[in-house]
Amino acid sequence: MPLAYVATYVVVIGPVELWQLVVRPRIVELLRNTVTLAAACMAATAVLGVALAFLVERTDLPGRRAWHGLLVAPLAVPAFVNGYAWVSLDRSVHGFAGAFGVVTLSYYPLVYLPVVAMLRRLDPALEESAWSLGHSRARTFRTVLLPQLRPALLGGALLVGLHLLAEFGALSLLRFPTFTTAIYDQYGSTFNGAAATAVAGVLVLLCLVLLLADLRLRGDRRYARVGRGAARNVVPLALGPWRAPALAAVGAVVALAVGVPAFSLVRWLAIGTSTQFPVAELTEALVATVVLALAGAVVTTLAAIPVVWLAVRHRGRLSTLIERSTYVANALPGIVVGLALVVASLRLVPVVYQTATLLVAAYAILFLPRAVVTVRAGLEQAPVVLDEVAQSLGVGPLATARRVTLPLIAPSLGAGAALVFLAISTELTATLMLSPIGTRTLATEFWSASSELRYGAAAPYALLLVLVSIPATVLLMRTDSPAAQTEQVPA
Amino acid sequence: MSSLTVTGVTKSFGATRAVDDVTLHVRHGSFTTVLGPSGCGKTTLLRLIAGFLVPESGSIAFGDTVVAGDGTRPMPPQTRRVGYVPQEGALFPHLDVAANIAFGLEKSARGSDRTDDRVAEMLDLVELPADFRHRRPDELSGGQQQRVALARSLAPQPALVLLDEPFSSLDASLRGSTSRAVRRALEASNTTAVLVTHDQNEALSLADEVAVMRAGRLVQSATPSQVYLSPSDPEVAEFVGRAVVLPGTASRARATCALGEVVLTEPAEGEVALMIRPEQVYVDLTHDDGVRGAVEEVSYYGHDCAVQVRLDDGTSVLSRMSGVRHPSPGDIVHLRVTGLVRAYRPAAP
Repeated sequence: MPLAYVATYVVVIGPVELWQLVVRPRIVELLRNTVTLAAACMAATAVLGVALAFLVERTDLPGRRAWHGLLVAPLAVPAFVNGYAWVSLDRSVHGFAGAFGVVTLSYYPLVYLPVVAMLRRLDPALEESAWSLGHSRARTFRTVLLPQLRPALLGGALLVGLHLLAEFGALSLLRFPTFTTAIYDQYGSTFNGAAATAVAGVLVLLCLVLLLADLRLRGDRRYARVGRGAARNVVPLALGPWRAPALAAVGAVVALAVGVPAFSLVRWLAIGTSTQFPVAELTEALVATVVLALAGAVVTTLAAIPVVWLAVRHRGRLSTLIERSTYVANALPGIVVGLALVVASLRLVPVVYQTATLLVAAYAILFLPRAVVTVRAGLEQAPVVLDEVAQSLGVGPLATARRVTLPLIAPSLGAGAALVFLAISTELTATLMLSPIGTRTLATEFWSASSELRYGAAAPYALLLVLVSIPATVLLMRTDSPAAQTEQVPA
Repeated sequence: MSSLTVTGVTKSFGATRAVDDVTLHVRHGSFTTVLGPSGCGKTTLLRLIAGFLVPESGSIAFGDTVVAGDGTRPMPPQTRRVGYVPQEGALFPHLDVAANIAFGLEKSARGSDRTDDRVAEMLDLVELPADFRHRRPDELSGGQQQRVALARSLAPQPALVLLDEPFSSLDASLRGSTSRAVRRALEASNTTAVLVTHDQNEALSLADEVAVMRAGRLVQSATPSQVYLSPSDPEVAEFVGRAVVLPGTASRARATCALGEVVLTEPAEGEVALMIRPEQVYVDLTHDDGVRGAVEEVSYYGHDCAVQVRLDDGTSVLSRMSGVRHPSPGDIVHLRVTGLVRAYRPAAP
């Protein structure tokens, strides 16, 4: 629907005016900023993610389990909180270099995690046969491992790209203008719907390019999956003299990605609490956040059930189309969904404008893919043959759903709802645009404080946001859970 | 328990006739295996009987009750009282063994002492220890899962049990012991059963009756020994065990072929195709009595061995002989045919 909005708008506005709106020096600059930042971050996260995954999974690096936990930890820190942590420590962190550094440190786990999962799944016999054929470890990595990791690696990098296109908070704090921040500025300062929508159109195009690439990869990946029977461990590569530098490198990444935000948060908390610690406001924001997130999680998960049911049990063109269309929504930045809902609701149903209903609808559009992926993995654990067995035992369709299907998918329904709940709690962009007047959530309160440079006041909210994100991160780290598939879905 | 009668049943998927005019009768309390290569329609036949599919024409009856076809509304699977054991068992992963077995019992009975008794009885029937009742499906081996799946299907006393390649995912040693246990359980409960398989050893060793399917059609239905010794055509012969099929010329009770003169099971005249089982081809290592040939290949199995011999006229013949004394590749041997040979009218060119 948001896509339809942008599309109809582009048609309505007419090609000439659109051309004038799009082709402006400002847009060219935004395009250059967005594309160079996306390309640089995708490349950097790819290199960093693969290198770290290899060190942790395939070498004798000391304390590999602990490093793994620490390396995934940045996922628990929303990128805008990370941006705040850096900016508030050092004002000189801004512009391209600052944005590049902060975003890379925030997003490399999106590559690291799928690559680690792939390395664990790969049959070690492949590597062993390559060595026995006389290939060195380095050559084996290049000729055997890397091609197999390619889907995970490219998928992760594309995810970084999609995240980056949608990223608003961090880039805004770091004063590096991209399409997303420009849309928000235009929307916020002038309510210039036309200009904002035109820019949104370009942004959607960029997202769709990445999404198409991702869908192609997804299609291939299914055939590349290796059975999980082979859980043997590969003989780890002895690092030898490289052990110390490797440790130092991993340590440096962890220090920058986890240490700095943690230090900054603690510091501002200490400073902030000495001046003010608004328990009442914090509680109010927390309650508002929990209520909104609960409502959003329930609506989104319920909406996912029919989509998944059609996609898994009644494969056909229509059901594939419906499922795929939720993935298109997946590539839409929160800002576009927010903008579209604002304009659409004002034109069609002005009553719902600036109500919680509209906000929950935005959450459902944004996070439906997460719920779909998780619930789908669950329903695939409940093959049709179980229904058939139940029927042959004299149990009717309704009773079968209650006694067989529901118990089997219940964990994945729970996991899906939990993931959506946590995603909503830390969502910033759409919440800023759509939240009813007077509703204060953790994200909006954090934002108003940090964008007014009241870093101390922002700290408690940032801490709560991080705390809320931790369970989702733990869910994602358990690669055997259905939720692990969700690592492929951007926020 | 009841008999099963399938009459002229046809089912197509798109342009392919998966099951084509199949007629089959399974006696009350007997065990029939449906044997055929992958894609021959045997699983489709099973699903038609179970009620997951509806036939386009023909009818299916359990005893005197028509469950599909003949202008009646097809009975849905849950009212047919058919036990269904799919490949790999398909136990309900969220339930323990006892709950799986009790799944199909009446609601009022579930959780009562009667259910406990029935579960214990079923575990005993499939020769599993009673303390298995609290195990989860993932704590069982493949063979144990199959036994529980059978117990689950037998618990509500079905009219008929259908087994869809139940042993194909088990390894060779487990397959033998599991299939014999299943056979004993079915016999003890006097249950009518139909088992679908592509494994001819399984089909022959388990069943009272073997139904051979090919390309959707039922080509022969008879006892295991009849199917092996008197296959309805050379193709069935080659599918049910190895066979040497040679062209020959028949005259009354005898025929001549590349292996010399053979005695026929039934008199025939003119051009025929002769079906000779490898164990009928005797390899003489010491005398030069018989048709001369050179040993090409020897596959040694311990209890016996398979010897591929190229005759002087170029024909290649397979022999199966005792493993005690066997030739080596390159040896010159002499072959004779022992026992009676079946003659078929040669396939149309």
